[in-house]
Amino acid sequence: MLKKARICLAIIIFALITFCFLDFTETGNAHYYLSKIQFVPALLSSSLIILASLIILTLLLGRIYCSVICPMGIFQDIINWFAKKRKGKKRHFHYSPPRTLVRWGIVILCVLAFFSGLTVVIALLDPYSGFGRMMVNVFKPIYLSGNNLLANIFSSMGNYSFYRVNVALLSVPSFVIGICTFLLIGFLAWKYGRIWCNTLCPVGTILGFLSRFSLFKIRIDTEACNHCGVCSTKCKASCINNLEQKIDYSRCINCFDCLDDCRQHALSFTMPLRKTKQRQTSDESRRQFLIAGIATTTAVPNLMAKAKAVAASANGMKSDKRHNPITPPGSVSREHFLSHCTSCHLCVSKCPSHVLKPALMEYGIEGIMQPTVSFEKGFCNFDCTVCSDICPNGAILPLTKEQKHITQMGKVVFIKENCIVYRREKNCGACSEHCPTQAISMVPYKKGLTIPHVNTDICVGCGGCEYVCPAYPFRAVHIEGNTVQQKAKPFTEKKEEKIKVDDFGF
Amino acid sequence: MDRRDFLKTLAITGAAMAVQHSEAMDFLSQSVTGMNGEKIDLVAVMGSEPELMFRRAIEELGGMKRFVKPGQKVVIKPNIGWDKVPELAGNTNPKLVTEIIRQCFKAGAKEVTVFDHTCDDWQKCYKNSGIENAAKMAGAKIMPAHLESYYRPVSLPHGKVMKSAKIHEAILDSDVWINVPILKNHGGANMSIAMKNHMGIVWDRGYFHQHDLQQCIADICTLSPKATLNVVDAYRMMKTNGPRGRSVSDVVLTKTLFLSQDIVAVDTAATKFFNQVRDMPLDSVEYLANGQELKLGTMNLDKLNIKRIKL
Repeated sequence: MLKKARICLAIIIFALITFCFLDFTETGNAHYYLSKIQFVPALLSSSLIILASLIILTLLLGRIYCSVICPMGIFQDIINWFAKKRKGKKRHFHYSPPRTLVRWGIVILCVLAFFSGLTVVIALLDPYSGFGRMMVNVFKPIYLSGNNLLANIFSSMGNYSFYRVNVALLSVPSFVIGICTFLLIGFLAWKYGRIWCNTLCPVGTILGFLSRFSLFKIRIDTEACNHCGVCSTKCKASCINNLEQKIDYSRCINCFDCLDDCRQHALSFTMPLRKTKQRQTSDESRRQFLIAGIATTTAVPNLMAKAKAVAASANGMKSDKRHNPITPPGSVSREHFLSHCTSCHLCVSKCPSHVLKPALMEYGIEGIMQPTVSFEKGFCNFDCTVCSDICPNGAILPLTKEQKHITQMGKVVFIKENCIVYRREKNCGACSEHCPTQAISMVPYKKGLTIPHVNTDICVGCGGCEYVCPAYPFRAVHIEGNTVQQKAKPFTEKKEEKIKVDDFGF
Repeated sequence: MDRRDFLKTLAITGAAMAVQHSEAMDFLSQSVTGMNGEKIDLVAVMGSEPELMFRRAIEELGGMKRFVKPGQKVVIKPNIGWDKVPELAGNTNPKLVTEIIRQCFKAGAKEVTVFDHTCDDWQKCYKNSGIENAAKMAGAKIMPAHLESYYRPVSLPHGKVMKSAKIHEAILDSDVWINVPILKNHGGANMSIAMKNHMGIVWDRGYFHQHDLQQCIADICTLSPKATLNVVDAYRMMKTNGPRGRSVSDVVLTKTLFLSQDIVAVDTAATKFFNQVRDMPLDSVEYLANGQELKLGTMNLDKLNIKRIKL
């Protein structure tokens, strides 16, 4: 009964979170709160109410969070289910002693890394963020391709209820890390059940500390128990020591798989308390591999960029390279953003303008995978506040539409030498066409031409101009990011003269 | 078959061919006979709601049945380029689109499709402009245009600078298409009316801006299939900060509509109309002269038979 209830709830929450990451149709945002109640995001966004609720939940019911709320946990349970189907009766777990030194070592490493500005360590170890990256970088392209297949089938019959979308790998490192996460945690879950949760996951360790004091626990009635050991073969957390009739509560995730199989009915989920402890060795980091891979993948585009620069400077054109990366609107400052973001990529997935992408080296190597604003595929919609609404970590703080209109995440830079009007003396005006504030406007130039004129006070850095500038190989306009986001001056309109037209004019 | 039957068949086919032939002649000619039998080149209506003005204007040209035959596939190409509500005059008025769709179906069209290659996010544009809803309610199909796979390459042998372009398949697969722009000022080209509206049927707009915008706008209008009708929505027009507009201060409620088969003439008329509100000499809108040179129409409005109606 408890097991069924747990499974039901877990499936609903998992489906909603997965849909939230994969969906591209902007189907409402009611399910965003499921990201906001995750432990690490709540911690980083200082959401005291959520944190308090999670702590109280754990103190009452133990590590139910790990079985019902954490999407990485439910993902591992799904893998387990497949493993059980394949291995059938041969699927046993065994009790194993806790690896306390590893678990707490990792938690301490995370804390130290956070305070020295290396949020990337938490980003890699946080199960929610890891799940998010897996979904957005590995599974979403598959989901989108499936959609495109359906769209092709339906549109060939004249029905346009499905529309095609662009499928692309936004970031090779994020994809690689996503695949590695999937393979590593998938493998561990397939062979060993919840070993990730109980050895490496820092959230598991912290909640495990609290669940030792929880009110409700799975308890063994030592008189009814006949030491048959069936319960410990079912325990995917490997925490039931049937010889000593003890359960390690820092590792029990309250999946309730053990309850129904005890033929002596010696197991139940009820009230009073207990304890355990032990130690072991630590791991080596995959940093070396990552660094080597990154170094090579950045070398090639670098060489190409240098070649482009040489060719263009011969023509008198200037490089349009952005020197200051742009953080999403509402992120307050680069420092605030980088210290709070654990790269779950929810904003990357949900941005309707496709403007957010995982950074490569823009924030330095310690900022790899953290979203940055790029105008390759679109420009930031003036009225849109999706990323600030959904960020569960508080890395991007909520903005109202009015606040968004004056949030300056960067300033426009006009390079006259690259502009088509200047070089070819032909009309263009593409930049000003897209500017929502007319920070870049067209002013009279020569011979009936108009040329861009820039007013950075009212610019919000939305990138409309950069996205659309057709100058090649270097654009004539681009946005330089603000390290600390500013307030743009709202544009002022001249007083409205009522215009009446009552004739055709020809 | 005996001789009598043979002669009867000949007579009937001859008559049928004669009938077809004269209708084709009407189709290709620049002018259409009006209600009183005179050839009308351009209709300008002022002073009422978009749907009522269109109804009146199309009557003057002999009714929609002159342009849309039963069983035909029609495409209506409004301006849906911007994520703006109708009051901000960034896109064609949805009421006008509704009325045109309605008239097409009344004339017997088998299917009516509406689309535009938008500048802002296509779903926001389609939704906030009110055109997606209006089209669906009127029974038309809405097609997306945001991916290259919807476009096919077509050559433009008469183009001076642009010799080919990728055109949206809806236009290429249609029997008739109707061009429905909104009258706006434009930062780059100076005016955005019927000729500029063609930029919404191509995939690569950047090419136009890179290679002489004013010439490319004229070049794209040499496309075959040509727009059968040009309906210029000037119910609200954008006088400044076009084509996107910044606020409601850019909008003037002018309650006007222009209708013509001659795209250069209708753009010239609309520019002269605009000139009453804000200085816009015809030679600053270079694509007009470029279009005239490519024989797409005439800028000389005095030569044309124009019906001016105030409601």
